[in-house]
Amino acid sequence: MTALVIAEHDNQSLKGATLNTVTAAAQLGADVHVLVAGHNAGAAAEAASKIAGVAKVIHAEGEGFAHGLAENVAAQVLALAEGYSHILFPATAGGKNVAPRVAARLDVAQISDITKVVSADTFERPIYAGNAIATVQSADAKKVITVRTTGFDAAGQGGSAAVEAAAAIEASGQSSYVGSEIAKSDRPELTAAKIIVSGGRALGSAEKFEEVMTPLADKLGAAIGASRAAVDAGYAPNDLQVGQTGKIVAPQLYIAAGISGAIQHLAGMKDSKVIVAINKDPEAPIFQVADYGLEADLFQAVPALAAAL
Amino acid sequence: MKILVPVKRVVDYNVKVRVKSDGSGVDIANVKMSMNPFDEIAMEEAVRLKEKGVATEVIAVSCGVTQCQETLRTAMAIGADRSILVETDVELQPLAVAKLLKALVDKEQPGLVILGKQAIDDDANQTGQMLAALAELPQGTFASKVEVEGDKVKVTREVDGGLETVQLSLPAVVTTDLRLNEPRYVTLPNIMKAKKKPLETLKPEELGVDVSPRLKTLKVSEPAGRKAGVKVADVATLVDKLKNEAKVI
Repeated sequence: MTALVIAEHDNQSLKGATLNTVTAAAQLGADVHVLVAGHNAGAAAEAASKIAGVAKVIHAEGEGFAHGLAENVAAQVLALAEGYSHILFPATAGGKNVAPRVAARLDVAQISDITKVVSADTFERPIYAGNAIATVQSADAKKVITVRTTGFDAAGQGGSAAVEAAAAIEASGQSSYVGSEIAKSDRPELTAAKIIVSGGRALGSAEKFEEVMTPLADKLGAAIGASRAAVDAGYAPNDLQVGQTGKIVAPQLYIAAGISGAIQHLAGMKDSKVIVAINKDPEAPIFQVADYGLEADLFQAVPALAAAL
Repeated sequence: MKILVPVKRVVDYNVKVRVKSDGSGVDIANVKMSMNPFDEIAMEEAVRLKEKGVATEVIAVSCGVTQCQETLRTAMAIGADRSILVETDVELQPLAVAKLLKALVDKEQPGLVILGKQAIDDDANQTGQMLAALAELPQGTFASKVEVEGDKVKVTREVDGGLETVQLSLPAVVTTDLRLNEPRYVTLPNIMKAKKKPLETLKPEELGVDVSPRLKTLKVSEPAGRKAGVKVADVATLVDKLKNEAKVI
């Protein structure tokens, strides 16, 4: 039994989500291979070879992989699929984009967002925004899986896998990359951060969001998150959204300021180790999941907290 | 150009579902059902493209039980011209739905298929990508902007860390993210008009698709609960607790 993990990378380095996916693959009891499909991605392949527990790295090099276009990456995975019992992707925007294409062409069900490996064919995954956990069993010969990274620890370093080159498939030509606007920030990435400070609609405006949340995040070296209500209102960009329809996070410390705690938000953060809620509404549902609740006006409490640290 | 918009009937997003005590699933008897919110956004986008003169016809599709007719009526009240129900009582999983949609794509030859990125019941986020792969079409998932330009479509996508724009040749599959648009309110005159629009019913067998489920749900359980903690009196106490009790800062 051998599992293939599709690495998430930017050609130079691996994204952290790859490490959690390797851990899930190892829990299957399978040998773990990692595919790095990229353009000038030698450094990323090298990094993959150093992950503990990886037996082999397959490096497919082609221009069509430079921006991870789903059509091309899926075709590459399919070209290699034959030898594998399990094909795993991180459940990131990139992994979710590609995995179903692979599953459909293999004519197998995909198991999305697994949070636990029960056995080689049985997995736990959240449904209904995490309000229920389904245990599902796949009868298909190959399992195509996306891995919720918060469900698995990151694999360590110390491996020395061989890097093997694979012939790259030809790019499909049906799609092309035009450009991207990736917010540049010195802050840790939301899904990898140890501390997250998140703001809700109570902040009232984009200016206030920035003015109130940033100093606290700076003090703590934290990533900034936002509720869907805050994003919908235009106070924060969508890539900061934490929740069922945004990012799923599980930091050591999650500070929710002015967030009422809608089901869809809780779905994205309730696995955090310690949750702090700051809200002036004593009835806010966020207090029911918070380890420490502070009933206060966030415009006073958040700056006071930043000052006290 | 025709646009095909698949819509799913799901438990309304305001309902907090309860797990059945025998662990066989969630209790959806007598709960409010609605159109999946991401599908509403997909329908709105298709209707806007028709209003702009880009599309000539918008066709809504739903796969599932008889009651999906209600979801299709809502779709037609938003502005779909006609709809198709692929009726079955079998539990439909994303691969089966993608195969049904592939058969309809072959039949209807749409220029665009616009779907929600995920349904809020099974949270699978698969059907659009699976359809694209089966129909050998390019895909623009998690769209926050869709611009049709001649025989191409430019899709701005929500990705980790920001936005990415891709260009696809038509026909193509697009899945919607939240910020693509704000669906309109359905008005009473439009609800009345929708009642008169054509709704065709097909069976999976007529489309030559085997819809049997591939994944078996062994059990459904409550997630591990989180207990409410303590309320603290002030910021100083909070800082003290975080430093000395939780030891996270």
